[in-house]
Amino acid sequence: MRIALFVTCVNDLVFPGTGRAVVRILERLGHTVEFPLEQSCCGQMHANSGYRAESLPLVRGFVDTFTGYDAVVAPSGSCVAMVRDSYPRLAESDPGLAAAVTDLAPRVYELSELLVDVLGVTDVGASFPHRVTYHPTCHGLRMLRLGDRPLRLLRAVRGLDLVDLPGAQECCGFGGTFAVKNADVSAAMLTDKCTAVCDTGAAYVAAADNSCLAHIGGGLSRRNRSSPAPGVRAIHYAEILAGTGQERS
Amino acid sequence: MTGGTGNIVAPLPFPTAARRELADGQLRANLRRATHTIRDKRLRVVGEVPDWEALRRSGAAIKDDVLARMPELLEQFEAAAIAAGATVHWARDSTEACAVVTGLVQQTGSTEVVKVKSMATQEIGLNEALAEAGIAAVETDLAELIVQLADDTPSHILVPAIHYNRRQIRDIFASRMPGVDVASLTDEPAALAEAARRHLRAKFLSARVAISGANFAIAETGTLAVVESEGNGRMCLTLPETLISVVGVEKLLPTFRDLEVFLQLLPRSSTGERMNPYTSLWTGVTPGDGPQTLHIVLVDNGRTETLADPVGRQALRCIRCSACLNVCPVYERVGGHAYGSVYPGPIGAILSPQMTGPDAGANRTLPYASTLCGACFDACPVRIDIPQVLVHLRQRGVDARRGRPSAERTAMQAMSWVMRDRRRYAAALRAARRGSAPLRWVTGRRGQVRRLPWPLSAWTASRDAPLPAAETFRDWWAGRDRSTHGGGRS
Ligand code: SF4
Repeated sequence: MRIALFVTCVNDLVFPGTGRAVVRILERLGHTVEFPLEQSCCGQMHANSGYRAESLPLVRGFVDTFTGYDAVVAPSGSCVAMVRDSYPRLAESDPGLAAAVTDLAPRVYELSELLVDVLGVTDVGASFPHRVTYHPTCHGLRMLRLGDRPLRLLRAVRGLDLVDLPGAQECCGFGGTFAVKNADVSAAMLTDKCTAVCDTGAAYVAAADNSCLAHIGGGLSRRNRSSPAPGVRAIHYAEILAGTGQERS
Repeated sequence: MTGGTGNIVAPLPFPTAARRELADGQLRANLRRATHTIRDKRLRVVGEVPDWEALRRSGAAIKDDVLARMPELLEQFEAAAIAAGATVHWARDSTEACAVVTGLVQQTGSTEVVKVKSMATQEIGLNEALAEAGIAAVETDLAELIVQLADDTPSHILVPAIHYNRRQIRDIFASRMPGVDVASLTDEPAALAEAARRHLRAKFLSARVAISGANFAIAETGTLAVVESEGNGRMCLTLPETLISVVGVEKLLPTFRDLEVFLQLLPRSSTGERMNPYTSLWTGVTPGDGPQTLHIVLVDNGRTETLADPVGRQALRCIRCSACLNVCPVYERVGGHAYGSVYPGPIGAILSPQMTGPDAGANRTLPYASTLCGACFDACPVRIDIPQVLVHLRQRGVDARRGRPSAERTAMQAMSWVMRDRRRYAAALRAARRGSAPLRWVTGRRGQVRRLPWPLSAWTASRDAPLPAAETFRDWWAGRDRSTHGGGRS
């Protein structure tokens, strides 16, 4: 099976450790991963902010880059949701593109879907001896319906103590440009999410989306500045599954 | 076709109004408690219905049929209502609707009317218009009465006084309700309800004119329906001589049987009850029983414009259950007043700007009042894909402003241009990484930045920002490729 990694633009620039983690997990499971260099951004920020015309070339670029693969994996629930949920609508006006999207979109997987549904693994042989809580980001929860797939993967990690996050299903307040356009409301939501995370007593809060994690992690980091205790850290669950036990970079 | 007018225009941009509301900690606590209570109840009773998803789909399909056949069904409704003894009036916008109703009340010679809780009359600003004509409109829904006594505006579709707790309600009654026994009034719900009952009973018995809305208008029979919890509506619908019902044109259902679907969907979605305590249905007039004069005012007020948008028209399926408000994390923080329209929350964010046209007041800011988390779509009993419509309205706004300069669009275009070419993109990533290298020296712990320049200062006002990594993923991959395969590509 030819598996391509779509690392996403945010991960490429800011969280490359997550991409490296995906490569490590899949190679450890005996798969070869390809990284097509033509890839860039799925166009989510453009499309969700209303810039449909600007997003369309990126939709085309994505389709051209990944059409030849059996599976495309991305460590980002929201980018996968973009491809599966929004691409068909964006491509509507172009029959050729629409057909290519219909063909490709079902083969684009969030990491936990690829591991659990396609490769049939829940134990990826990782070890992470820490207390962890999991935030099921909105797109993973309500658009992809990831369900308990990430939790099943985390429960199989050696030494990991998984604790429930109160109000887990509530949005963290990131919402792409919402965090800037409605900064005050976003901050109020973030405060509640960070409080819930801290209340769990976990050392790490994990999620399937580095955008949400940058927001939650930024809130936690701001809190941590005023306290001498080490504080909770945000981490992509792929980095836990990669089994390094190290902090995100 | 005219755009809608009335209390559906936001006077302030959403971020500004939201900031004002966020400053009120008591409000946030009240909202949180109330919305979480209703949302938990709703989840429980919806979970009891094995075919809930099928019901939702039926609800959506019936309403879509209504939207597809609107003119035909309206004529059918009108004919049936007239045949049953009602008088039907048409109003294009809020001004016309208020003028029609005011004129009808004046014809009766009454200077006081009792009102059944109704979103349509709030939408058109009827109470204010009646007051101007010297007619006192008495709200008989308990929550609506609280808001009216407090000289406030409703903040929720179903629970207009959701922003008050019972201590605050007690104080409103004590200072504003005529004839209340202040000394013995406690903040017990039973005591508050009793005070309201005494106050309203006198109004019901003396009123000669009532004004209502309708939850449903059945085309086949000309029947109107009101669904409620307290029974005060039924008092208004049966005691007075004259009844004036103000109805948005999208309230139609094709047949009487369609009620079967909606009377299951509505109470569970709105109050979390299996069935609402009172369902009142009336068809024209019946000699010797109930109101002897029935006027029905059919209101457009921007609904036809909304209908013209193939994506956005699904907002007209809305049955005003308020489930989307109760699950919305944004609504929960800011409450209904921040939206500046009688339709707050997720549905308001798509309905108000469509009804008025996006350029009315600050309605253009409403489609951005959401993180697109999707909780509203999951909760909506008629499957309105609110996130999809929000994005669609943002697109409409952006497209309508293509001719005007905007820093945001320039940035979006530049980013799109860079990202659609592999070499440009790789170069940009490298530049961003290098550009941030000096920051790495000056920032504190763990590669997080405490302050960024505008517009990202909005981000760093309340959270640290991550820095670009020392090595992009693609550079790492290229290096790894070289070391494992002995040849370089980049
Ligand atoms: S949009 Fe849906 S959930 Fe919201 S009030 Fe209307 S019917 Fe209810």
